[in-house]
Amino acid sequence: MIPIFLKEVRSLLSSLIAYVVISVFLTAAGLIFWVFPETSVLNYGYAEMDTFFNLTPYIFMFLVPGITMRSFAEESRGGTLEMLLTKPVSLWSIILGKYFSTFFLVVFSILPTLIYYFSLSWLGPVDTAGISGSYVGLILLGGVFSGIGVFSSSLTQNQIVSFIIAVFLCFLWHTGFGSIAQLSGLGNFANPVEELGLIYHYDALSRGLIDSRNVVYFVSVTALFLVLTHLTLSSKKW
Amino acid sequence: MSIKVEQLTKAFGKQRAVDDISFEVGAGEIVGFLGPNGAGKSTTMKMITTYLPPSDGNITVCGHDVRNNAAAVKRHIGYLPEQNPLYTDMYVKEYLNFIGSLHGLKGSHLRERVEKMLDICGLRAEQHKVIGALSKGYRQRVGLAQALIHDPEVLILDEPTSGFDPNQIIEIRHLIKTISAKKTVLFSTHIMQEVQALCHRVIVINKGKIVANQTMEDIKKYSASQKIIVAFEEPVDHHLIENLPGVISCEAADSNYTRFTLVTTSGKELRGALYQLAKEKEWNLLELRQEETGLEEIFQNLTTS
Repeated sequence: MIPIFLKEVRSLLSSLIAYVVISVFLTAAGLIFWVFPETSVLNYGYAEMDTFFNLTPYIFMFLVPGITMRSFAEESRGGTLEMLLTKPVSLWSIILGKYFSTFFLVVFSILPTLIYYFSLSWLGPVDTAGISGSYVGLILLGGVFSGIGVFSSSLTQNQIVSFIIAVFLCFLWHTGFGSIAQLSGLGNFANPVEELGLIYHYDALSRGLIDSRNVVYFVSVTALFLVLTHLTLSSKKW
Repeated sequence: MSIKVEQLTKAFGKQRAVDDISFEVGAGEIVGFLGPNGAGKSTTMKMITTYLPPSDGNITVCGHDVRNNAAAVKRHIGYLPEQNPLYTDMYVKEYLNFIGSLHGLKGSHLRERVEKMLDICGLRAEQHKVIGALSKGYRQRVGLAQALIHDPEVLILDEPTSGFDPNQIIEIRHLIKTISAKKTVLFSTHIMQEVQALCHRVIVINKGKIVANQTMEDIKKYSASQKIIVAFEEPVDHHLIENLPGVISCEAADSNYTRFTLVTTSGKELRGALYQLAKEKEWNLLELRQEETGLEEIFQNLTTS
């Protein structure tokens, strides 16, 4: 796994992808948090980061599939997947190597936003617990999106198709289930459906209480997509 | 036996890409795997390298079964796939380091192997270039270097010379010859001369079935006829030549009957007879030679029936 992880990180850093992702993310987050009048914390009057944490998932929804769309699609189109699979490395180490390289980049692009927290604490009293909970939620959410992205990329040889599938799945998992739950007529099923969605658990974490159930949810959704990736790739050979 | 294939079958739906084939490749042998496009060469190689699972039959590589012990098989094989897939955004040395680390090579041993590969495959001057910037010939060298990095016992090369210009083909053949010393090599091609230049033995496959599995000497006997070229200074009476014993066909290569292409069953006797005839009639003999039996014809005969 380590050689693949290192190779992937190196190729993200040596291509433009990593820099574009980080700069686009930080620019968008910065504009939302400090500049745009509707969402700016300076106009808001409270020293809170809620707008940042509410809107970042939507930025990630496009950026993470952008990072992952090439991971397996490119390898399978270029034939390098055949080369990798005939080396003495397991399929799991290939998948995990690729997954963690994306996750690493996501975490790496979140880290600079910690500055917002410190700047904010100059402006007024901040809810440190809530913000740390939200950061944990954001990192876990990035993990789920990375898993969805890697899975989508294993479905096809076409990077654009993979990107679109990933954006759709991220959207469905993030807000889709919550919206479905609001349909009338679901009755008793409304609650379980809502709990399937990421946003339910993400909001729960942002209250500042890191409940293991929420963490387990994020980790298991990620694991689910990685298992699906494994199934897709191992069944493709037949 | 380095590679042992028993009753191997691969079916894609109803189509049998590989149909009940068995063969063995001994340690240190260089075997050419020959057949027209779509004969099942690549499919067989993909099964030997564990990339595709066989529908039926067994494969063992250095005693390890591809199904039960794929990891061990992968460690013993160096594989160059057909299109030579490479990461075009990586540097030559970086790529070799990466492949070496996939094989579990570490530290000074890895560095040593990479340096050795750069020398053997003639990549020393290109080591700091991006693979995408290399010419096709050099990319092939990188492909061979990655297949060899862990010093495997068995080399599987899928059409290593297809799509190159004649000089590059000779260079790559030479390289294959150098690296194949002390290794078992199975390489596929659809060019008969290549087999002649490199191999001890040839396995010809057509429509998923083995149609010949012979040493190079044996396969030449497949063709019973031989071709003789004869040329005289002056036009001669071609009926006299046609009526020589053992002539199957006689074709004049030019309009004024000075040069003929003869097909015969016994080249040696006919050459003698031609010489005697020329001496008797006092014809000036300019050329008399036997052509190497057409390997392409043997190939065609085996694969079109």
